[in-house]
Amino acid sequence: MILLQVVVGGLLLGALYALFSSGLTLIWGMMNFINFAHGEFVMLGMYAALLAAAWIGGGPVVFGLTAALGLFFLGVVVYFALIREVMRGPMLAQILSTFGLALLLRYAAFWVFSPNFVTLPHPALAGTISLAGILLSIPQLVAGLAAAVLTIGMHLALTRTAVGSQLLAVAEDRNAAMLMGIRPDRMQALAWGLAAASAGIAGALMAISFPFSPAVGETFALTAFVVVTLGGFGSVPGAMLAGLIVGLIQALSAYWFGPIYKDVVVYGLFVALLWLRPQGLLGTA
Amino acid sequence: MKRPIAFIATIAVTAALAVPVIASDTVKIGALYPLTGNSAPAGQAAKAAIELGIEILNAAHPELKGLPLAESAGLPNLGGAKIEVIHVDHQGDPSVGQQQTLRLITQEHVAALLGVYHSSVALTATAVAERYGVPFVIGDSVAANITQRGFKWTFRVTPIATDFAAAYTQFLKEMKATGKKVDSITVLNENTDYGTSVGGSIVEVAKKGGFDVQQIVYNAKSTDVSAQVLQLKEKKPDVAIFVGYTADEILYMKTLRDFDYMPTMIIGDDAGFSDPSFIPAVGDLAQGVLDRSAWAAGAPGSVTFAINEMYKARTGRDLDDTSGRWMQAFLVLADAINRAGSTDPARIQKALQETDLKPAQLMMGYRGVKFDASGQNILASTYLIQLQGKEYEAVWPEAHATAKLQWPMTGWK
Repeated sequence: MILLQVVVGGLLLGALYALFSSGLTLIWGMMNFINFAHGEFVMLGMYAALLAAAWIGGGPVVFGLTAALGLFFLGVVVYFALIREVMRGPMLAQILSTFGLALLLRYAAFWVFSPNFVTLPHPALAGTISLAGILLSIPQLVAGLAAAVLTIGMHLALTRTAVGSQLLAVAEDRNAAMLMGIRPDRMQALAWGLAAASAGIAGALMAISFPFSPAVGETFALTAFVVVTLGGFGSVPGAMLAGLIVGLIQALSAYWFGPIYKDVVVYGLFVALLWLRPQGLLGTA
Repeated sequence: MKRPIAFIATIAVTAALAVPVIASDTVKIGALYPLTGNSAPAGQAAKAAIELGIEILNAAHPELKGLPLAESAGLPNLGGAKIEVIHVDHQGDPSVGQQQTLRLITQEHVAALLGVYHSSVALTATAVAERYGVPFVIGDSVAANITQRGFKWTFRVTPIATDFAAAYTQFLKEMKATGKKVDSITVLNENTDYGTSVGGSIVEVAKKGGFDVQQIVYNAKSTDVSAQVLQLKEKKPDVAIFVGYTADEILYMKTLRDFDYMPTMIIGDDAGFSDPSFIPAVGDLAQGVLDRSAWAAGAPGSVTFAINEMYKARTGRDLDDTSGRWMQAFLVLADAINRAGSTDPARIQKALQETDLKPAQLMMGYRGVKFDASGQNILASTYLIQLQGKEYEAVWPEAHATAKLQWPMTGWK
């Protein structure tokens, strides 16, 4: 029974990993661009939720949407102000630009919010329910399920809607898309907005249960890179699958081998899988 | 004239205020803190405590009964000389600490040094003092090896990992003696220097004390601690002892509630449990948890209460454990300089070696101050405090308690 508990907990956490990683993989798929500031987007989503909970009140829907909208706006601004310019520069400039952005956002957050840990005000969501002998904390259950729904929704939006097709068209062939009357700039800005919004909403959902400080982005960025690489760069379903796998392996190895070994197991399996399948689980070579 | 020395000293101080102070009238001490960088808040709080200590020593405070040198103004054995502290920032950087120590010794010609918060800085700074033969008193840095290098000029007043382990074990033995069920203990410690040294000491000392002890080691940067909590739930110890940082301890309290498991008692080892974010975040889930602190303001009318009021008047905050340990170290050093009757480092070293302060002469809850050959205070100890409502109250040892111990803890119930 405890094993089942561990499995469910791992999957719920994995769904959150999947959600914020899908934003990272989306940007890679669209523009072959690695965003090192992705973990900081998650962190800002957490603080956006905190500010919304303090100023507006209301439940997770209110602060989740606030974080998503706020981060969408930030993603678009970052695209027009920074990314569009550095895309013309050499590869190294592209890599270092978002690295610089990550540091700027992190230390700006230190300055504005102080380095202390904070948590969302308590009664946002609380309590546990017992399902067939498994204790589930309601915040984690809501966050995990919402994350799974949003990630699937993002995948469907990309593959089943007109805007999604336009996004993919730009990713496929920028010039051909332009000839078809699609504005690549708008589409790429939209991709940045969506990516940042998914990170923001994942941050807001995690903020319900986790204490956080401006340094928290680091941990999430690393997880996101592992998930995206494991799932295959550019693949949202791949990120979904890989996120769940990483969450599950972490939980099981922490339970079986002890908490300090869980990252060793995850990264060990990660390296082994890349050796066998360098393009990732659902990626194309 | 009841106190001719105090009278003369007061006149000397008044005179000193009127005319420029000449060097021989003051005793220079160098103090190294982290005044900028990540640990700046702790460094600034410690500096405020040292400034209060200077004021207590240099002016007459007859209301602080028992505290050495408080009732007189200045250092009586040096003709009422005042203490001057040169405050220096080491930024939490061992190499800056090294350079600043060198500067304080060679250019400022300080009689003794005081510091430093970061154990890493303590290791480099004390090495310089050792080379030049200047006494260095450590107020709060706890890494065991600071006093295990055979140094003759390093003196440490604060309790260290083994003292905390001894205090917890002693407390649990006393609980057991009163008929409470305390047989099994699980120690959960994070896996860096701090957690492994303190966690390891507790496991060792508690095992010797006859308890059934288990250990769970984890990484403090985890975003999820449910595996640990489930393991804890399987082991069902009577007492869980947590040695970790802020985010992980907050997460533990929430996850324990989620999985509805509460040990009879939780003891937190300072760091995460004493962080200013702990009570606002999970105070209402953690009712009755124990934490350690060597500082307790005590009842109105006591010396410690008066000191806390003076500190509050300066900073707007209560004195905390870390700053209290700094101030205590400063008072110990001043007492030694006074007994040495000189600013000669070798005589101050000798006086420090002969230090023998009793609990009534201290502001912190140590059993006394007496240094062994390595320079470690062998009488260092700590109180246990308990979260009751929105504040921690001193509950053990009973002689210093401000509230009655609640056993078992009530947590979120």
